[in-house]
Amino acid sequence: MMRLSWFNVISLTLGFAFLYIPMIILVIFSFNASKLVTVWAGFSTKWYGELIQNEAFLNAAWVTLKVAVFSSTLATILGTMAAYVLVRSGRFLGRTLFSGMIYAPLVMPEVITGLSLLLLFIGLGLDRGILTIVLAHTTFSMCYVSVVVSSRLATFDQSLEEAALDLGCSPAEAFRLVTLPIIAPAVISGWLLAFTLSLDDLVIASFTSGPSATTLPIKIYSAVRLGVSPEINALSTLMIAVVTIGVIAASLVSKRNLVRQRKEEQTAIRAE
Amino acid sequence: MRRFFLIATPYAWLLALFLVPFLIVLKISLSDTALAIPPYVPKLDWAEGIGAFLSQLDFENFAFLTEDDLYWKAYLSSLQIAVVSTVFTLIIGYPIAYGMARAPDEWRPTLMMLVILPFWTSFLIRVYAWMGILSQEGFLNQFLLWIGVIDTPLTILNTNTAVYIGIVYTYLPFMILPIYAALDRMDGSLIEAAEDLGCSRLTAFWLVTIPLSRNGIVAGSFLVFIPALGEFVIPSLLGGSGTLMIGKILWEEFFSNRDWPVASAVAVILLLILVIPIVLFQRNQQKQAEAEQ
Repeated sequence: MMRLSWFNVISLTLGFAFLYIPMIILVIFSFNASKLVTVWAGFSTKWYGELIQNEAFLNAAWVTLKVAVFSSTLATILGTMAAYVLVRSGRFLGRTLFSGMIYAPLVMPEVITGLSLLLLFIGLGLDRGILTIVLAHTTFSMCYVSVVVSSRLATFDQSLEEAALDLGCSPAEAFRLVTLPIIAPAVISGWLLAFTLSLDDLVIASFTSGPSATTLPIKIYSAVRLGVSPEINALSTLMIAVVTIGVIAASLVSKRNLVRQRKEEQTAIRAE
Repeated sequence: MRRFFLIATPYAWLLALFLVPFLIVLKISLSDTALAIPPYVPKLDWAEGIGAFLSQLDFENFAFLTEDDLYWKAYLSSLQIAVVSTVFTLIIGYPIAYGMARAPDEWRPTLMMLVILPFWTSFLIRVYAWMGILSQEGFLNQFLLWIGVIDTPLTILNTNTAVYIGIVYTYLPFMILPIYAALDRMDGSLIEAAEDLGCSRLTAFWLVTIPLSRNGIVAGSFLVFIPALGEFVIPSLLGGSGTLMIGKILWEEFFSNRDWPVASAVAVILLLILVIPIVLFQRNQQKQAEAEQ
């Protein structure tokens, strides 16, 4: 381990200040009494009150949540299957095309994905609404899921699965009892990633949504284009709070697991 | 049978919802503008045969893109904005990643969490946060006036400067993480060896640390450059009417002008431009994966 020089300390301090000050300002000014977002006029929670009464936002939040739950669940199933195919299925006809289609959406500009899906939905005569957004979100987020899951599958000791098969498991049982528990952390983080990608998406949702379904990012975007507003600050604060709690909880859980794993390893070494 | 089902399900999904839509874009970009405006209903009449299909092809939309300088300028200025902001992200991100890699072991999980947290936070909100900071009466101007650096507020919001700041801010974690991963793998005794052999700390950093973190630098740069090139949200919220970026042009062509064939042609060219960096990025990743084995 090396010692931190003054240069390291300064660059870490400034770097994290740059990353966090904008969000901290946003949170502080969500409690501002004034309508003017840049002038402090005393503490108030009235913007949160107004937010709760704003039905348009609530409806949009509900649509967004439904889309995110459906699309991330579908994406997790399809993405895990795709990862399994990529890592385990060996050669098959059109494998290169398949892996290309898994990796391409990761780097595809959102405007192109959105445009192309919209043209498809119009061509098929599908009414744009929740269904089309779910289809669109599933398509790009399944690729993220499959990248996350396949990296876990690649490092996984295949002999465990073979042992289960030798001991009389059917392939489905071996998957359920051996493989799935081992890749579960990756599957869960894939689901979470797909879920946040869906919650967050503005561009693809704008192309694929219709008048019947407006998601929260679309609502926020149209409000924000007119300028800064304290209600949006309040909404942002709530979203930042949820993410912060989630990330801290996740890192505490993984830290606890790491400590437990180390302890188990030590006991194992001592027992030998 | 099971294997067939396993392969066919995700395969069919991606064919139907990724490849086919893209072929439709290609088809529309090559179809006649006059017939197609405004809402173009894609005619997927493969029964006519390839010959008829080819004879219908029309490069008018692409010719239109070359005639109007708006599009050339937008492509060039997107490239310029993406390159410059990638360089700035590298200059700002490298010291942070370097500091993280040299931090005591017990700090690292916390530092990692602090870098990842903004990544999970809504992109739109992080861009929005800068609107209140950069505006005429925003916090940056208030601060600068207060410390007396300037006498009149600066115009930053709705200029390209604001777009650079927005891209650097939102994509910084993508730069930090791969560089940190590369630096973390590096053997610290190499630096000691270089210093023992008479290098100054700066020379050792330049001759040992930088080359060894090359893969991280390349990966991080592509992870910033590729999405920045097609960016829409940042130029539309932080940029001004003079900010030309291809993602914004495509959006306007589609939603405001409702010229779908031209929007599709814009998309096809954007993708052609992106093919080179994407292939280079893939090759870098592959090389790195092979080196690890």
